[in-house]
Amino acid sequence: MALALGTAAVVLVALLCELGRPRATELAKAALGSWRARRHASLRGPALVAYDPGRELRAEHRARELLRSCIEPEDWAMYRDLGFLRVWGRLGDRDGPGAAYAYLIYPHRPIVAFVPHTGALLNEYCVAFPDHSKPYGSSRLPDSDDVLAKWMALTADERGLINGANMHLPGRQIDPDLIRRDLQRLARWERERAGGRPVAAGRQAEGVPAA
Amino acid sequence: MKLLRLKPGHGEILLAEGDIEVPEQERELIEAFRRELDAGLWAAVPTASRDGRREAELVKSFDDVPRDAERVIFFPRAAGGAAPAARGASPGASSAKRTAL
Repeated sequence: MALALGTAAVVLVALLCELGRPRATELAKAALGSWRARRHASLRGPALVAYDPGRELRAEHRARELLRSCIEPEDWAMYRDLGFLRVWGRLGDRDGPGAAYAYLIYPHRPIVAFVPHTGALLNEYCVAFPDHSKPYGSSRLPDSDDVLAKWMALTADERGLINGANMHLPGRQIDPDLIRRDLQRLARWERERAGGRPVAAGRQAEGVPAA
Repeated sequence: MKLLRLKPGHGEILLAEGDIEVPEQERELIEAFRRELDAGLWAAVPTASRDGRREAELVKSFDDVPRDAERVIFFPRAAGGAAPAARGASPGASSAKRTAL
């Protein structure tokens, strides 16, 4: 009796194994494929997108158009010709030309505060606008978008942006000589645009000798 | 009104566009606006100051967006950070108290 039951059990198990074999094989293959795909992806690194050598150029072109549409035509000309923007400080007694201090905005570099009347450099404010979603593998905005973001944040909430920035003394990240040269270029550029007429007080870095 | 977003590797992208006076389109604009703010972005509206100078205004709610605004631009939040001692002074203030970090 026991022998008969044992034999029947062995036959039943063998039958079930035979019936379930195709399904088990399928599941094993799927699991192996999934594991291989995951392993391959992990070896490849984070979200790779097809290399497109023109993407950054097109992005920068779009960014420049947007920046141009947002800022003053004169400021746009300054950025186009010199590669940076000057924004007047608003937390002093005076606003606009004649302000006690101003900022230079460079793409992907710290914002530099300076005194227009003397050319003295005050501080560097390190601020970035990283997009952690990294849509094309980078968190960096195009250059002109970075300038636009700084300009918008500075003109909308100067105190908030400055308070939240990492502040350094001049020279930490940007060579002070380079900034002084840029201030000279700015003064010369403004004189040329004024057509040789004296530039209104405060509209140029007066303390900076012309180059 | 257009809702734009600054994006790495692309420049701005159009998130939504609609007439704020049309309720259905306004609703879509509001939804898109909230989605971006919930994602942690800042929203700015290019405007003009009283003296006509161009500037921007940061907005935290769709109600803050001027009804005649043509564009709202979303961009990632500023990352920087500052030591508590360095906070609260204007750039013209003494640098001595605002030591480099």
